[in-house]
Formats: sequence, C-alpha cells, structure tokens
Amino acid sequence: MEKTYTCINCPLGCQVKAVISEGKVISLSGNTCEKGEKYVVKEVERPSRLVTSTVKVIGGRGPLVSVRTREEIPKEHIFDVMDEINKVVLKAPVGLGDVIIKDIFGTDVISTCEMEEK
Amino acid sequence: MKKDLVVIGAGPAGLAAAISAYEEGIRDILIVERDNLLGGILNQCIHPGFGLFTFGEELTGPEYAARYIAKVKELGIEYMLDTMVMDITRDKVVTLSSGLKLEAGAIILAMGCRERPRGALNISGTRPSGIFTAGTAQRLMNIEGYMPGKEVVILGSGDIGLIMARRMTLEGAKVKMVVEIKEKSGGLARNIAQCLDDFNIPLLLNTTVTKIHGKDRVTGVTLSTGEYVSCDTILLSVGLIPENELSKKCGVRLEEGSNNIICSEDLMTDVDGVFCSGNVHHVHDLVDNVTKEAIKAGKSAAIYLRR
Repeated sequence: MEKTYTCINCPLGCQVKAVISEGKVISLSGNTCEKGEKYVVKEVERPSRLVTSTVKVIGGRGPLVSVRTREEIPKEHIFDVMDEINKVVLKAPVGLGDVIIKDIFGTDVISTCEMEEK
Repeated sequence: MKKDLVVIGAGPAGLAAAISAYEEGIRDILIVERDNLLGGILNQCIHPGFGLFTFGEELTGPEYAARYIAKVKELGIEYMLDTMVMDITRDKVVTLSSGLKLEAGAIILAMGCRERPRGALNISGTRPSGIFTAGTAQRLMNIEGYMPGKEVVILGSGDIGLIMARRMTLEGAKVKMVVEIKEKSGGLARNIAQCLDDFNIPLLLNTTVTKIHGKDRVTGVTLSTGEYVSCDTILLSVGLIPENELSKKCGVRLEEGSNNIICSEDLMTDVDGVFCSGNVHHVHDLVDNVTKEAIKAGKSAAIYLRR
C-alpha cells in the first residue's frame, strides 16, 4: 500500500510518500530531513500526539493554567487525556513546568505557564 | 521624562527587541504593554509549534514567551503593564494612558496585528451573537475560561482557525467544517493534518458563507454552494492586518491595502529613529521569524542611539 503523509514536525509540512506492508514502512520518499522519516514510521506504527489544554485554577491572577503532556501520548487516547485534564482544579500559585497529572499514558501533564496568586 | 529607547508592545517582537538593544549596550529602556502581563498573543497560543528554529525544540506559546520574559526580568529591563500608548509624535514624544509624556531617543514599534473582522467581509444576513474571530474565541477559551459555542462553522482556513477547530473539538464542541473561498488553504499543511484530519473535520475549498441566519443567536449559515448548515457559532479566520493606527500618528509610511510598514533594510521607518519589528511591520507565519527580525530591530536602534 502507498500512502502520503503530511509531516507535522515543522512548518515545511513535507509530503512524505510511504510504501507500507503489513503495518510496517518499507520505503519513504519526499521528506527533507530525518524527522520526517521518524514521524511517518511512528505515524504508521503507533501514532502519537502532544496534547495541550487548560486547567481551572482557584485564587490566581486568571481562571486558567495552560498545560501539556510532557511527551506525546498515543493518538487514540487524546480524549481520555482531555477527560482527566478537565477533572483537575488547581490552587494558585502554580509554577512553570509543575506536574499537574502524574503518570498518564507513560508521561505527565505539566503546566506551561506561571500563575501567581491574586 | 527622557528614555533612550521606548518599545511599544511586550509580545515576542517587543521582548526580543528590548533584550537585543540591551545586549548592544543600551540600558535606559522602557517596554510599554497595554495588557496586564508580558508575552502578548503567545499567552493564549497554548498549542505547540513554537521555537523549533530559535531553540531547536518545540514549545507552546506561553513557554516560548516565558524564556523572553525571564530574560527581561533577569536583565532588569523596565516595563509598564496596563499602559497604553496614546500618541507618538514625529519628534518621538510618546504619550501614555497615564498621561506621562516620554521623550524617546528611539522607538521600536512592536504592536503586532489584528484580525480582519466580519465587517470586512460583506456577508449578508442578521447580526446575532455567536460570531467571533478565531483569536477572540482562543482568548475566551484559553485565558478567560469561556466556551464560545457547541456547533461550529469556521470561515477561512488561516492557522488560528485551524488551531481553534482542534481546540474546540477537544473541549467537546462539534466543528462541522472549515470553509475556504480560495482553492488552497492559507494555513500550514501541518495544521491541516493535525487539527482537521486528526479529527475528521472537513475542509471545503472554493466555498464561502453567503448568509448568516439567526435572530438573537446564530442558527446557521448558507454556503456559496446553496447548502444550509446549522450551527450556533461562527469563527472567522480570514486574515490579519498590522495594527498601525499609532504608527500613522507619527507619520510612518504604510503600504496601501496590506497596512504593512514601509521601512529600510535595518527596519527604520520613514520617521527618523522609529523602528519596527514583528507583525506590526508585516504579518509573519512563524514567531521564530518575528524574534529574528526583532533582534535586528534592537540592534539597529542601538546603533542609531550610539551614533
């Protein structure tokens, strides 16, 4: 089977053609760097994404803290991660990089901003 | 009061320009920001994709901003929040919303850009609530904590619209489609892949919204194909315009239509000692490019001040 993927690693968005057999990449063309190769192999074998969202915070300068998964998580679990993120309510202050949810699909959810107390 | 350098705006352009000027030896710097925190639009861009070229890693908007904010604080560069610049004159007198007047040796314009609103589009129909620019919806969701709607049609396929298609989907909205009048999306290919394709959101090319329906709240749209699509929310992602109202006041020359600033190679505008950087100059696709330009503007302003 032949399929074209858009590499999401950088703004170039290379169109990478992959020849796939039994769920494995046999050959690739169209990528301009090795990131494209890595991405398509991953996308074929075990697609994953970084998830970014917000979490409620009490007593802060604003009502939300932005968060992300530290590493990518399996694509099919994006909404499971969102469900967990939406259950959390934090208390200010929150530091940049604080762990918000520990050990979820092999990684953590961490804060991506600082939130001072009001 | 006198200041060697006044930087207007504390988004990615303003922060990098101020740091760059400092590193070139300028110490008497003031950054003026109208919002209540540093970082500008990056604070609401909670998605990843920033910094690949500048830092060799992928950061979210707030993380990218945090690196420059930390540097500004570390260097002790002075800044004012909740302060708007009301006027700039040709001889570089900057009037702040507090009434304070600053005589600047040089000025760096870093006010960023605005989104084209509904009024720029001539869509017929009623004027119900539920119509937002994509960036306004982004601010409501990511900063203020409000959900703009449940059933969404996105008009225009700029990057912010694509990013918001995913964001609203993640928070439980049904994004029915993105419609684009041109034959090609204005957004990056990576955003079509990870924001639309990942969630099976259709992108209709060569299509636009010809009518908006609804009395108090949006109830639907008619497409140029004649199809009626029900929805309670419309997001507009139809282009950005450099925010140059202030620049005009001091006589900075703009390009007609685009509202871009006409400037020299070293980023000095037609007004002596007034420099520009970032999206106020022209709209950039990438924040990394804004940073690069802002560093150059900071250097140019320092050279100007030393001469």
